[in-house]
Amino acid sequence: MKNLKFLSIACIAGLLFVACSNDDNGTPPPVNEEEVITTMTVTLTPDGGGTAITLQTRDLDGDGPNAPEITVSGNLSAGMVYDGSIELLNETESPAENITTEVEEESLEHQFFYTVSTGLDVTTDYENFDGDDNPLGTEFTLTAGAVSSGTLTFTLRHEPTKPNTGLDDAGGETDFTSTFAIAVQ
Amino acid sequence: MRFYVIVVLLCCSIPLFSQDCDYTLSGTVVDMHDGSLLPGATLIVAGTEQVVQTDLEGKYTLPNVCEGTFSIQVSHPYCLTKGYTVTIAGNTTKTFRLEHHVEELNQVIVEGKAYGNKTKTVYESALSEDELERFSSRSLGDALNSLSGVSSLNTGNTVVKPLVNGLHSSRVVIINNGVRMEDQEWGAEHAPNVDINTAGNVILIKGAGALQYGGDAVGGTVVAEAAKVPVKDSLYGKTLATAASNGRGATVTSQLTKSYQSGWYASVQGTLKRFGDFEAPDYILSNTGTFERNASLRIGLNRFNYGLEGYYSIFKNEIGILRASHLGGAQDQVRAINGQRPLIIRDFTYTIAAPKQDVTHHLARLKVFKRFEGLGRLSLQYDFQRNNRLEFDIRRGDDADKASLDLDLETHTLMLDLDGGLFDDGNFKVGLLGRYQNNFADPDTGVRRLIPDYDKYDLGVYGIVDYRPNDQWLLEAGGRFDYNRLEAFKYYRTSFWESRGYDTLFPEIVVERLNNQVLTRPRLSFYNPSATVGATYSFAQAYKVFFNYALTSRAPNPSELFSEGLHHSASRIEWGDLRFDPEVGHRLALTLQRENKGFGFSINPYINTIGGFMVIEPTEVQQTVRGNFQLWEYRQTDAQLIGVDIDASVALGSDFRFNHQFSMVKGYDRTRDEPLINMPPVSTKNELVYENRKLNNLRLAVQSEYVFRQNEFPDTNFEVFIAETQTTEIVDVSTPPDAYHLLGLNSNIDVGLGAHSKLTFGVTVSNLLNTKYRNYLNRLRYYADDLGRNFLITIKMNY
Repeated sequence: MKNLKFLSIACIAGLLFVACSNDDNGTPPPVNEEEVITTMTVTLTPDGGGTAITLQTRDLDGDGPNAPEITVSGNLSAGMVYDGSIELLNETESPAENITTEVEEESLEHQFFYTVSTGLDVTTDYENFDGDDNPLGTEFTLTAGAVSSGTLTFTLRHEPTKPNTGLDDAGGETDFTSTFAIAVQ
Repeated sequence: MRFYVIVVLLCCSIPLFSQDCDYTLSGTVVDMHDGSLLPGATLIVAGTEQVVQTDLEGKYTLPNVCEGTFSIQVSHPYCLTKGYTVTIAGNTTKTFRLEHHVEELNQVIVEGKAYGNKTKTVYESALSEDELERFSSRSLGDALNSLSGVSSLNTGNTVVKPLVNGLHSSRVVIINNGVRMEDQEWGAEHAPNVDINTAGNVILIKGAGALQYGGDAVGGTVVAEAAKVPVKDSLYGKTLATAASNGRGATVTSQLTKSYQSGWYASVQGTLKRFGDFEAPDYILSNTGTFERNASLRIGLNRFNYGLEGYYSIFKNEIGILRASHLGGAQDQVRAINGQRPLIIRDFTYTIAAPKQDVTHHLARLKVFKRFEGLGRLSLQYDFQRNNRLEFDIRRGDDADKASLDLDLETHTLMLDLDGGLFDDGNFKVGLLGRYQNNFADPDTGVRRLIPDYDKYDLGVYGIVDYRPNDQWLLEAGGRFDYNRLEAFKYYRTSFWESRGYDTLFPEIVVERLNNQVLTRPRLSFYNPSATVGATYSFAQAYKVFFNYALTSRAPNPSELFSEGLHHSASRIEWGDLRFDPEVGHRLALTLQRENKGFGFSINPYINTIGGFMVIEPTEVQQTVRGNFQLWEYRQTDAQLIGVDIDASVALGSDFRFNHQFSMVKGYDRTRDEPLINMPPVSTKNELVYENRKLNNLRLAVQSEYVFRQNEFPDTNFEVFIAETQTTEIVDVSTPPDAYHLLGLNSNIDVGLGAHSKLTFGVTVSNLLNTKYRNYLNRLRYYADDLGRNFLITIKMNY
């Protein structure tokens, strides 16, 4: 009898213990990714004036199922020199956060690379540098050569080996990469 | 003590009239805990002073006993002496049960087992304290890896997750000091948070035969128990220090136990482990250091009829993850796989930087038991666990030092178990379990929650009976039912929510729609029956055949249900599925065992058929602004695992012994008719041991481990466009690495330090030939070679 009593008390204690659910807590707050880069806009302004050309990649759901949207506003003019600047945004936040500033503040740990496909007659030069005078590349010049077409790829590497001779020996990890179809007319 | 008992018995006994004195009292003396037979026990009949000893099978016969009531004192070298009252009225059979304690001090060599069997019809493998000590500076996963049928799923060399007969994570239940570990065990890169130095022995039960621990152990159950404390006045302890060349680090572990004849005892233990970057044969594996700090305290009272125990342990481990394994996307992965060396190799350091894990696990347990005459042993246990898991990724700006993952998992469990004898030849176990678990994902990380906030409620009830109809047969049957309820708050990306069709399937769980996320409130219930039946047949003295069938069902874990996003440490996007049902396994296992000092073996074939098996595998490549990532989706399929584990041991002369192990498992996806991913390759371990007790317990061992190449694997390669070269390249993530062979040496010798203390020196070399190899089951195999040669020096002091 004593055993039975002990057993039943233990069982009831167990059930009570399990049954206390907490319904009073509110809903948890959403997390907006802080360091996601959703958008890269490359603005190419002709040296002698004229309409700027913009190349843009935009992926508002980050690593969600939707693919990035890529737009190119126009073709390059043969023989023209362009001042290029790159803007990175996190548009999941409102207002959108400018990531370029962060990249420029940590210039020693970042570098942009420009990769031109073999068919395309375009050359690039770095215009801004980090504290050690190694390239950073959020600003650059682009010289369009003869009439041609191909792709231009922008890659932002985090913690690359600096200095380097290009993407092959830069190491680090890719923070952003996007390829644009480009034509020189 | 024995003297007093005799005196008391002498005083109490009332010699009765001697009428018929030609009766026989016979029977067996067994261990109260596991029913094992106790040879060499002494029985003294008070009054007549007849003395008899049990034979090798624990049997005794007292001839010419008179009618009447007698006091009989039963004693055994390793047991508490006990007095019984027996009434004789004709030839009588009586089984005496003694509380079996182990003499652990002063090198009393205990032949036989220092632990009870957890199941009766499943073959169990075990690691003794000596074997565990050889892994003092490593992990539980490494120690288990030395058993046949166990391999490990590694992330580098410090995150070692046991893989039992091809299954891991939520399918392998780990019981640490009687508490089921709730430490976010679902993740492939989450190692068990158990300090191997707290364990006095570790038992592995393959499959789900041990229903008292849960019905969801599709792969197996690992039971780590502290060493038993003897009931006598004593103070003892040990300190073990290991220094290792690879990682340039050391482990120090120490424990001290005080025990009293009254049954009270207390034990404290602590471990400190610090390693810097480990090294492959040709280079440093940058950022692979570890820093582990553990402590535990145990206080209890152990009487024959009742007892209680309080236990608390803290486990804190900081683990560096190979820097070169942290990648941006598939393009980076191509570079890493094609490069023969890791992309980042730095100078040796003890500093652990991002990417890293920092895990703290608190475990507290309170247990009381009472033995009721005619009913059995009733125990009640409450335990609390708090697991905090921080994962740090390479981050930018203000977030650089902030964790990317910060999960707090709290678990309360209450268990009531009754363990008793039905009649002389049978036993039963029944129990109830209630558990509440809460997970909190800190939103301050600035990274979307990998595992959502949730509350989980579990209720379980089980019953197991075993019956021994005769000396040869033992039958066992058990059943269990578990109810799980999970209530979560989960934010889905709107794009994912819609692309999955959840918006039409589960519109009722939407709480709120935000800009690009949907807050949902999934409430899921799962009903999980499990069962086991088995038999053991003993024959020809040394042989035993175990047969066991187990039905298991496992509810999907939060990772399988809710994953939705980039898993950085795996460099892939993972998607779970809210629609999953529990997976149901049927496992048939057969074991033929020969227990013999000269030549012993066990052969253990098994077949495990699992319906609704939750598997994660790559389905497509997804574009993101960081490049392409492989998308890994969980899906349910029908799986089958077939394998065999073989152990053999043969004595060569008096001092040499040869040990052999062979493990093979084949896993197939029966729905798609292709091999399962991450199945352990065939492996064999062979060991030649020289042991000489007369020569200060000198032990020398040469070990060889040969791991074959895994030839059966699903092709999960994918293509990616590389801008630099304007080419499309195949990312070869599926081809397994080549076979490899590792040699190791192990030696130790004792030095006496007076009557109560001794020193043991040991030298170990692993990967003696500094072989370069990569392991198919190491998730970082794409990025770097495995560990090179390692010299270890161990000093152990028992006092």
